[in-house]
Amino acid sequence: MRRLLEKYSAKMVAAGLAEIGNPLLGGLDAELEWNREDSAIPVLEEVFRGLNINSLLFSLPAEPYRSIIDFLASEDAGHIRPEDSETRTFMHDLPVIKDFRSDMIIDKLRNRKSVIVKGKGIVTWGTVSPEQAFIFYSSVCFACFVKFFSDYLRDSRRGLVTTGQERVFRNALKYLDRYPDEPPELMSGPFRNREDVYRAVAQAGRLTVEHRLVDSFFGNVSLKWGDTLFISQTTSSLDELEGCIDPCPLDGSACTSITASSEFSAHMSILRLTGMDAILHGHPKFSVIMSMDCQKANCPTRGSCHTSCPEKRFIRDIPIVPGEVGTGPFGLCNTLPPAMEGNRGVIVYGHGLFTVSKIDFKTAFKNLLSIERMCQEEYFKHLG
Amino acid sequence: MRKHTYPINREELLYGKPGKGRILLVDLSSAEYRYEEIDPDICRFWIGGKGLAGYYLFPEITRSWKNPSMPLVFMTGPLTGTLAPASGRTCVMSKSPLTGTVGDCSVGGSLGWQLKKAGIDGLVITGRSQNLCGIEISDGNVSIEDAGWLAGASANEFYEKLKRKGSVAGIGPAAENGVLFSSIMVDGTFAAGRGGAGLVSASKNLKYITVHGTGRVPVHDSERLRSASEDIRRLVAATPALTGEHGLQNCGTAALYDLISSRRMMPAANFRRTFFNKASSMNSHAYSDEYNPKRYGCKGCHILCKRVGEDGTHLPEYETMSHFSALIENENLRAVTEANRICNEAGMDTISAGATLACFSEITGEKLTPDRITELLIGMASGRGEGSELGQGSYLYAKSKGCPELSMSVKGMELPGYDPRGAYGMALGYVTSTRGACHLRAYPISHEILRKPVATDRFSFAGKARIVKIAEDMNAVIDSLTVCKFLFFGCSLEEYASAYSAVTGIETSAQDLLAAGERIYFRDRMMNAKCGFTSKDDDLPPRFFSEEGSSGNGIEISPLNREEFLETRSKYYRIRGLDPQGFPLSSKAKELGLENLL
Ligand code: SF4
Ligand SMILES: [Zn+2]
Repeated sequence: MRRLLEKYSAKMVAAGLAEIGNPLLGGLDAELEWNREDSAIPVLEEVFRGLNINSLLFSLPAEPYRSIIDFLASEDAGHIRPEDSETRTFMHDLPVIKDFRSDMIIDKLRNRKSVIVKGKGIVTWGTVSPEQAFIFYSSVCFACFVKFFSDYLRDSRRGLVTTGQERVFRNALKYLDRYPDEPPELMSGPFRNREDVYRAVAQAGRLTVEHRLVDSFFGNVSLKWGDTLFISQTTSSLDELEGCIDPCPLDGSACTSITASSEFSAHMSILRLTGMDAILHGHPKFSVIMSMDCQKANCPTRGSCHTSCPEKRFIRDIPIVPGEVGTGPFGLCNTLPPAMEGNRGVIVYGHGLFTVSKIDFKTAFKNLLSIERMCQEEYFKHLG
Repeated sequence: MRKHTYPINREELLYGKPGKGRILLVDLSSAEYRYEEIDPDICRFWIGGKGLAGYYLFPEITRSWKNPSMPLVFMTGPLTGTLAPASGRTCVMSKSPLTGTVGDCSVGGSLGWQLKKAGIDGLVITGRSQNLCGIEISDGNVSIEDAGWLAGASANEFYEKLKRKGSVAGIGPAAENGVLFSSIMVDGTFAAGRGGAGLVSASKNLKYITVHGTGRVPVHDSERLRSASEDIRRLVAATPALTGEHGLQNCGTAALYDLISSRRMMPAANFRRTFFNKASSMNSHAYSDEYNPKRYGCKGCHILCKRVGEDGTHLPEYETMSHFSALIENENLRAVTEANRICNEAGMDTISAGATLACFSEITGEKLTPDRITELLIGMASGRGEGSELGQGSYLYAKSKGCPELSMSVKGMELPGYDPRGAYGMALGYVTSTRGACHLRAYPISHEILRKPVATDRFSFAGKARIVKIAEDMNAVIDSLTVCKFLFFGCSLEEYASAYSAVTGIETSAQDLLAAGERIYFRDRMMNAKCGFTSKDDDLPPRFFSEEGSSGNGIEISPLNREEFLETRSKYYRIRGLDPQGFPLSSKAKELGLENLL
C-alpha cells in the first residue's frame, strides 16, 4: 500500500497537478497508512470512518489549476459543472464546499468521486486502489482547466470578462504547456519482431504523457503489425504500458480485446478505412477547448453537441466530429473512422484528438503535437 | 387441489406506495396463502432482493433445509419492472442443501417483472404439499394446482407446457431425484443454479410456479429515472468488457475464455493444472463458427449476454465452457454443449456438476470421453447407475472414497473457472463467500483481470482484505437491487442510487446503499455462525498451497503462500467485524443496527 501511495503522489507532481510535498494519500487495509505526516490527517481519518472506501487523496493543486479552481469554486454555488464530455460521463458534477470539515466532505463524497474544498484543495477516494483517487483528482483539474478557458473565450467575445477572471487568466498563461518545435525521437519502423512492437507502443504512450498531451490515465495507443493489433489496455496508464498491451488478432479469432481500450472498435475501423498502421489518441487541452467553441446562433442541437452535432465543423484542416466513448448509438466508433480518411487528425467534440500514421508512430506523434499547438494558436487568435 | 381467489381492488395491487412492500406468503401444507405488507422502514433497511429475502430466512436458518418451515423465497428488487437497465433479476433464497449455509442466487429471465406486474414484491413459500404441485399466480389471484402430470418433466418440457401462463420457474428431474446442487430453472433456460435451491423446492413437493401480471410499476419521479438510466447506458456503452467487439454483448461470458486462458489461470484436470492446451480451439470464436448464434437475455436488459445457436442449442456460459472442457480435459466442443444441455434440462448447477466429474476422474483415474460424460451426467440427474453417487456433489463423494481433499470446494461448494493461484483476491473471496466457493460475491476478477474500475496486482494479497470486503458489500447491494452485476464493469452505485431514489422517492446515496450492503452481508455471516460455521470452514483445499499451476509465457503460477493467506484472512475478519474464529462480534452487529438479531 505504502508503495502505491508514494507512486501516485509522485505522479501528481510529475504531471504538474500538485507541488512536491503537497499530495496527502491514505490507504486503508486492516490498518491505515499515510504517505506522510500532516495536520489534515485527523479530519481525513474521520472521513475514512464515515465511508466504505480504501483510499483517500487530499491535495492543493499546483498552478494554474489552483487559481482556476478557486475562481470557479467562488463563482458556482455548490458545484462546478464540467463542459467536456468525458468528465461529465464519469464524474457528473464536481461538488464544492467551504470548510475542510469531515461531515461536509463525507456528505458530498457519499455520492460523488471528488469534492473541492474552497481554497484548500481537492479530496478524492478509491475503493480498490489509490489509483482511482489519482484519476479522479486529475480529472477534476483537467475539467476545470477546460471549463475556465472555454468560459473565458465566450465571455471575452461578449465583453463580459470580470477583473477577477482576467487576473486568473493572466496568471494561467504563465503556466501553459509549451510544446517543442521538433517532435522527440521515436522508434522507426518497420518493426522486425514483436518485442520491438511492444516497445514502440509503450514509447509512444510515454511520450504522449511526458508532453502533457493526455493526463496519464486516459488516451490510447495502437499499432497494427502483421495480422495483429497491439493496443493499450483499458484503464492503463499511457506512461506505463509495459505489460498492458493486448495483442488482438485482426480476424477476431480471440477475445483478448475484452480488456483492450474502450476505443478498440474505433481503432479497428480507422485502420480498415484508412490503411494506416498506428493510432495515437490523447486529450490535449486546447484541442478539447476549441472543439467546443461553436458560435452557431440558436442551434437546435445545442446541449447535445457531443452526440448529435449536425454541422461539418473544422479547426483549420482538422475535422471535429460528435461521438461518445465506446459503441453506443452515439458512439464515436461510428463518427470518427470515416472522418479520419484523408486527414492528419480528427478531434472528437469535447473529448480528444486522434492521429494516425503508416508503419510507426512518428507522423502520428508529430501531428498530435502540431495540431494541439495549432489549437492553442487558434484560441488566442479568437480572443483577438 | 383447492382453488383460491382473492377478491382485490386492482389499484391496491400495485406497488403503489413506493417504499412499501407486498409479500405473498404461501403455505403448501395447508394450501393457503395470504398477503403481507411490509413496513416501509424494513424495505428501506434491507433494500429488496437479497436483503429482504434474508429477513424471512433469518428466523428459520437453524432448521434443516428439509423442514417444511424452511422458507423458499423469491424476491424482486425496488427497480424491477422499471426502465432502470438490467434491474429485472430475482433473488432466490433458502438454506443451501449443498453447503448448509445461507443459499441465495440472482436469477434472470422475466420472473421478477411478472411478479412486480402482478403487484407482488416477493413470494415466500413454506410447508410441504402432499402431492407434487404448482403455484399459479395471475395478478392478485393465486391457485395451487396438481403437478403430478409434470413429474420428471425437464426444464424445457414444463416450460413449453406452462409458458402461456406467464413466467415459469420450476425444477427438473435432478431435484426430484435428490441432487444436492439442483437448480430452479426460470423461463426454460435461466438457472438459479448454485447451492441447490431446486432441492428445497422438491422437498416442498413444489414443481413449478407461474406468474402473470398486467399492472404497471409506479415510479415516483420518471424524469429523474430517465436521466439516471441514460447515465447508466452511456457508461455501459463506454465499457469494452460489456459492449466492445469482444465484450459480453457480442460474445457472452464466453468472451472470458481466451482471457482467463492467456492469464494461465483456467483450472484444468481438477485444478492440477492451470492451462488447457486445447483452449484456443474451444473459445467463443469456435462456438460462433459452429453454431452461428444470436443474442438473447434477461427482461429489461439491453446487453443480452446469452447466446442461442441457429439450431436452438443454448451456448454455455464461461464457467460451463471451462469446466466441461479444461477441468475434465474434454477436447470435444459438442460434448460441452451437450453437457450444458443435460444440466439445464435436468436442472443441475453446471459448475458443481462439472467439478464433481473432474473429482471423479481424478479419484478413479478414468479419462472421460464424450459418451462417458453424458452417461455420468444422466446418472447424476436420475440417481441411477454409476453417476448416481455424484449427485451429492464432489465433497461427499470424495469423502466417501476416503479423500475429501480431492474435492475442489469450499464449504462443500465447488470452485468455478478461476484458479485462485492466478488471482489472490479471488482466493480470499472464495473462502469469505457466505455460500461456499463463489466468484460472484466479491468478484475480484473485475479488478484483477478485467481492470475495472482499475487494475490491481493479481499476484499479491496486499490491500485485498478490504477490497474484498467492500466488494462483498457492494454486490450485496446489487443483489438486493436485483440488478445484474455485469453492469458494474462500467457503472457505479452512484448512478443506481439515483435510479433507486427516482423510483421509490427515498433519497439515498451510493454510500448509504453500501452501508445497507454491509449490514446484509454481515447478517449472512450471522446466519452461517448460527449454523456452526467457523474459520475452519473459510479455507481452500490443500492443493492450492502445495502444488504449482502451469507457468508459461513469462507468467509464473506458484502455490499460494499459506501464511500470507491466513494473515489476509485475519485482516478480513478484523475489517468485517468478526472475531479470530470468524464469528460475528456483537459490537459490530450493534453498530450495524442488527442488535435485535443477536
Ligand atoms: S447482462 Fe446478461 S445476465 Fe445481465 S441482465 Fe443482461 S442478459 Fe441478463
Ligand atoms: Zn479519450
